[in-house]
Amino acid sequence: MAFYRPAPYQKPLAIVLLLAALALPSVLSAFGQEFYVGFATRVLIFALAASSLNLVLGFGGMFSLGHAAFFGAGAYVAAICMQAGISDALLAFPLAMLAAGLLALLVGALSLRTRGVYFIMITLAFAQMAYYLFVSARAWGGDDGLPLVGRMTLGGLSLSSDNALFFTALSALTAAIVFLGRLADARFGRTIQAIRENETRMEALGYPVFRYRLVCFALGGALAGLAGALLANLTGLASPNLLQWMQSGTLLVMVIIGGVGYLYGGVVGAVVLLCLEEVLSGFTLHWHIGLGVLLLGIVLFAPKGVAALFGKRDD
Amino acid sequence: MLQLILEQSLNGLQFGLMLFLLAAGLTLVFGIMDCINLAHGSLYMVGAYLVAAAAQAADSFWIGLGAGVAGAAVLGLLLELSLFRQLYRRDHLSQVLATFALILIANESVRMIWGAQPVMLNPPEALSGPVEIGGFFYPAYRLVIIAFGLAVAGMLYLLVAKSRIGMWVRAGASNREMTEALGINVQRLFTAVFVFGAALCALAGGLLGPLLAVQVGMGESVLILAFVVIIIGGIGSIRGALVGSLIVGTVDTLGRALLPTLLRALLPADAASTLGPALASILIYLLMAGILFFKPQGLFPARA
Repeated sequence: MAFYRPAPYQKPLAIVLLLAALALPSVLSAFGQEFYVGFATRVLIFALAASSLNLVLGFGGMFSLGHAAFFGAGAYVAAICMQAGISDALLAFPLAMLAAGLLALLVGALSLRTRGVYFIMITLAFAQMAYYLFVSARAWGGDDGLPLVGRMTLGGLSLSSDNALFFTALSALTAAIVFLGRLADARFGRTIQAIRENETRMEALGYPVFRYRLVCFALGGALAGLAGALLANLTGLASPNLLQWMQSGTLLVMVIIGGVGYLYGGVVGAVVLLCLEEVLSGFTLHWHIGLGVLLLGIVLFAPKGVAALFGKRDD
Repeated sequence: MLQLILEQSLNGLQFGLMLFLLAAGLTLVFGIMDCINLAHGSLYMVGAYLVAAAAQAADSFWIGLGAGVAGAAVLGLLLELSLFRQLYRRDHLSQVLATFALILIANESVRMIWGAQPVMLNPPEALSGPVEIGGFFYPAYRLVIIAFGLAVAGMLYLLVAKSRIGMWVRAGASNREMTEALGINVQRLFTAVFVFGAALCALAGGLLGPLLAVQVGMGESVLILAFVVIIIGGIGSIRGALVGSLIVGTVDTLGRALLPTLLRALLPADAASTLGPALASILIYLLMAGILFFKPQGLFPARA
């Protein structure tokens, strides 16, 4: 058995880190480095997207190589909402989650009939379809993507300042992590993890395996949609590049470096990968090589991911 | 119209045969060692660059092609010995991460060595003109590619279906443990398959180089197509890879050429011009999803 079990120091550590994150904008502005608030927001958004993939991949055991489709769909829904004059995030974000979740429900219903490598490839195929559909949708900007005229408002609060968006992303991520943590311990999470470990046995015990997996897949898609809507607000653009398979690959890499099936795997992976990018790109134009070599090193020498240091999966 | 269909069918055949060169290696790597190799497209890209560089240095396309293919084979050997050998025993996640890292390294190395601009690769002088077949003109070079593709496909078929080595390869793809138990050194066999696959990648890259641009990122788009091919054909099956390649090559090429015209006849012009390109580019993915829906193991499952 290998249910997720947090290490005893995980919760206090997470609270300390949350407090640090809350103080981050004021610290940055004290040092005159406000530029990095945008970067930090990006990290938080990708942490949310990677965590959503970790729910599907780590807890559900479904190796999806098409997760960027839901991420990108969320961004497009946000941009389309803006275009249609819906500028309140309280309406647009749930819509983005709903649309991405429904898309995931559809993709999952068709893909989950297959197993193993075939599942990887069919999710990839659906993501490619979504990519090409958005590329050729001229009403939504086609190749160039759909720009947002401005940022949304959250209730009465405007998100146009970088700090406001940072705190919105931080709240979304915190809520998602709390939700995922509770979910992993709940009946649903236990069932999903048990299915990951032994599908046949769960089937024999009478669990509707397909339906459990499908719900998990759709939940992951909805969370990715939320991340996409946040990212569209940050960059002011919903671009078809968000749906490209390399983007799915990047999210996967984040989860794998962070730790597959660990609650904070997605967060750790996003922080590590994006900070590495930021640091390496400061040194040289050809930082991809350094990143590639580091990733190879992680595969060969730290196969369980970084977050494995912060939690146990007793197997 | 008939001429267009004929010409596009030839293009489809040519594209399908080139896809087969890529998919053949990929499907065996996948089938025998159960290893997801995302870097297969990078071998194709690096192969094309090597061919272009060697052709320029030797001032001859054919010498360049030979040298480039040999260079890619050596690179494949080094990669197999140093990295892939360790990856077979790992799970799919590690393989995806490691080969994704290889893509990053390959793209950036190529950009460092040859720059971000596409590299020109000219077809041999004698083949640059068109030839007349059955009343219409068709580029001679494309015909040569078709001939090359058919020859390699035939050779590969004989090798895999009729030779002893081919028998080992097929046995390894359908049940590796059993093959090992029967005294075949699957590891060494597999090194050979990997090197051969790398050489085929470079061959496809070099042959397609004069038609498409030799540039960074050319591997990724073709990699996805190769994956579609081997999924349609059934992982580990050479016959499946051939059938899948021809289906994907023809459907993709004909779809792009004919669908917009076809839709214009059926739909209002505005809707057709939006829907046409979209539908043409997702056609093969629809096909793959459809095939997987009815035959979840592909058309020719190797592990029946």
